[in-house]
Amino acid sequence: MKEQLKIDFNKIQEVSNFSNRDIEIKKSYLNKFIENGFPNRKQENWKFLDINQIISNNISDLSFYNDYSIENKIDPSIFIDDLEHNKIIFINGRVEKIDFSYEDKKQIEIIEDSYTIDKSENNNSLIDLNIALSNKHFKILIKKGYSLKKPLIIYHLSNEKMKSKNINLRLDFELEQNSSLKLIDFFSDYSEKNFMNIFYNFNLDRDAILKNYKIDKSLNKNLKYSFNNIDQKQNSISETFVFSAGSDYFKNEINCNLKGEYSSAFINGIFSLDDNKQHEIRTTINHLVENTKSYQLIKSVLGKNTKSAYQGRIYVDSKAQKTDGYQLSKAILLDETSEFNAKPELEIYADDVKCSHGSASGSLDDNSIFYLMSRGLNYKQAKGLLINGFLLDVIEKITDAEIKDLLKKMIGLKK
Amino acid sequence: MDTREKDIENLKDYKYGFTTDIENIKAPKGLNENVIKFISNIKKEPKWMLDFRLKAFERFKLLKEPDWQKPKYPKIDYQDLYYYSAPKSMKDKPKSLDELDPKLLETYNKLGIPLQEQARLNGIAVDAVFDSVSVATTFKGELTKHGIIFCSMSEAIQKHPDLVKKYLGTVIPTTDHFFATLNSAVFTDGSFVYIPEGVKCPMELSTYFRINASETGQFERTLIIADKGSYVSYLEGCTAPMRDENQLHAANVELIALDDAEIKYSTVQNWYPGDENGKGGIYNFVTKRGLCKGKNSKISWTQVETGSAITWKYPSCILKGDNSIGEFYSIAITNNHQKADTGTKMIHLGKNTKSKIISKGISAGFSDMTYRGLVDINSKAKNSSNYTQCDSLLMGNKCGAHTVPYIKNKNFDSNVAHEATTSKISEEQLHYCQQRGLNPEEAVGLIVNGFCKEVLQQLPMEFAVEAQKLVGISLEGSVG
Repeated sequence: MKEQLKIDFNKIQEVSNFSNRDIEIKKSYLNKFIENGFPNRKQENWKFLDINQIISNNISDLSFYNDYSIENKIDPSIFIDDLEHNKIIFINGRVEKIDFSYEDKKQIEIIEDSYTIDKSENNNSLIDLNIALSNKHFKILIKKGYSLKKPLIIYHLSNEKMKSKNINLRLDFELEQNSSLKLIDFFSDYSEKNFMNIFYNFNLDRDAILKNYKIDKSLNKNLKYSFNNIDQKQNSISETFVFSAGSDYFKNEINCNLKGEYSSAFINGIFSLDDNKQHEIRTTINHLVENTKSYQLIKSVLGKNTKSAYQGRIYVDSKAQKTDGYQLSKAILLDETSEFNAKPELEIYADDVKCSHGSASGSLDDNSIFYLMSRGLNYKQAKGLLINGFLLDVIEKITDAEIKDLLKKMIGLKK
Repeated sequence: MDTREKDIENLKDYKYGFTTDIENIKAPKGLNENVIKFISNIKKEPKWMLDFRLKAFERFKLLKEPDWQKPKYPKIDYQDLYYYSAPKSMKDKPKSLDELDPKLLETYNKLGIPLQEQARLNGIAVDAVFDSVSVATTFKGELTKHGIIFCSMSEAIQKHPDLVKKYLGTVIPTTDHFFATLNSAVFTDGSFVYIPEGVKCPMELSTYFRINASETGQFERTLIIADKGSYVSYLEGCTAPMRDENQLHAANVELIALDDAEIKYSTVQNWYPGDENGKGGIYNFVTKRGLCKGKNSKISWTQVETGSAITWKYPSCILKGDNSIGEFYSIAITNNHQKADTGTKMIHLGKNTKSKIISKGISAGFSDMTYRGLVDINSKAKNSSNYTQCDSLLMGNKCGAHTVPYIKNKNFDSNVAHEATTSKISEEQLHYCQQRGLNPEEAVGLIVNGFCKEVLQQLPMEFAVEAQKLVGISLEGSVG
């Protein structure tokens, strides 16, 4: 793999026009990745689902080179009709379109930011890989006091041309004081056996509001990894929602640093898995100052041969008095072969805090099914109703009414 | 400085009974095959036992010391330790309780430890103050009548080799982790209990009553076997402060419960925790594991951990037999610079297995407390269930309380529920108690005891009283 990496890296540099400085930086990250390789189960964060093994089992001939000079055709049928929105379209990892037609152009700046330094200081070799191999990345800056009128949908599309490829994407978002952004990541794949590695960096200034919804619904055989780093200043709010269902493997990592007083973070997630899918959500909430709040709710419905994992960590610094932290994960196992893993972790160094977590897993309640069947539903309907009710709980947490409706329609909870 | 610290302070000046004895029989310093042969030889062990040790040592050489745990400690030089040291000669020991430091006696009285036990704890020949011979023989006679074997490990190796051979290392094999393997190689002594089929042990067994045993060393090994339909309750550890320098304590405890048998294992651990600056104290790295081998068997661990500079242990249950039950009740209290990383593992393998975990952690001062637990429900463990509750209480903002549960559910018929909370003692509760005439320290004691009640009531009667007092003493000086 090492040789392949070096060859592909040089090939990418030939076709791209990075500055020498960038190339140097990228090279150093590449060397870091070569040294550490893909993470494996020996690392605590990858204990439940070992990406190294999953990649080698699924993609034996992984190639890291992508030719970003070839234009892809945009198929408009893929777009979400029910909702007026701004668009950024990635096809096979290449930015095909950036469209902010609903917005005041003066209030949004799109910066082709090629400085690639990773400020998150994560010991994460997938981030190293991302920085080393990603194409030019953009930074979207939303100016002081501006709220986007319409949500921004980022389409992550891929077509059958892609196979056994590694795609690395990176976007930075800067939300200035009192600005707000609603962001939907929509995944739709017509390719298989690719490894997609997405890295978002959010910087929320005072009073800024970020709502990020990740929807991985369409069935595909790709492996995906997404890392959100969110830095929050005073009074800012971040809401992250993950609908994790379609890909063969998907790990969502959310790292939230609550650096300003009265900032809060909400993370809600749904795993709805079937047929050999393995998904994971890992969250880290760092409560670094006083009076911060975090809330997490993760629910899983697991079918045949599936595995879901939730690793949630709440860290409370000794300065962070009056922290309020909550984690809850629940799972319904539908089949003998399904498996649920959880590691809800609390690391607390301050005494005046309220932190709790809960985790429960089991099968569908027989009494509830009996109750529904005695009222005239058949077994399948009863089961469906119970599962929908179970999941609806998470959807109801979405604070944006329009997007909540959209999601309900997508999942089939609403016509 | 609280009274306990004062006690410790006083003990440093205490010149009798705690000095090193020149007449000790010691193995040469260091860890090698010869030392292991020395230990085995001096204990006149049969060849299979020596082979067991050497096999463990072979494996030990390949192992690396683990470093994933939360409490870090300075590197231990395993070549700089004595692995065998015979009991101190009676010569240097105090002849009667009158010679003991009155401060120490005061602590004992606070804990309510019976006189004869106080004496034993200090190595005073018990018969000087109390006729132990008759006590010992009464117990011995009673136990023998029921066919119960209760003796030291060394004696068991000599007298009951078949049982030892059959069960030793079946729960904690020689191929286990670093400290367990080290123990397998160099263990000096420990307790051996065998309860025959259908026998309910008529009394609580404890190391204290095992009169014939020599003092247990730093690498003790305990093996308890409850045969079909039997019951035993075993108490471990002394509740009095054992005072020693930074010392490694790596014991192995194996429990085996056959069909319909029940073992209840209670520990009250109060080793020397080091001074208020975190100097000295015991490293308590213990491996405890129980195997519910037979159907309908039950193993229950109860622990009150207040001592040791570093506690690092996870009493576990392997629920292999169908319908077997595993329980874990724990109170861990850390103060000053103490560190504890403790919890349990419940491995569900059999059908209809049940486990329950109640863990209460209290940290004060500059200490760090971690609950680390694993609940693993195997795909064959149909209709199993687990309930876990771990609560932490923080006192002051210099300490830490952490919860790291691992939950693995591979069976859709099984239910796993986990709950954890972390908070501090609320001002209202304190205010309420103080209003009713308690001073702040008493108020905290009362609230903490209430917080721990679920666990305390699992302890045998006489232990519970001591443990309750211990909880209070451990937290002295942490308020205000």
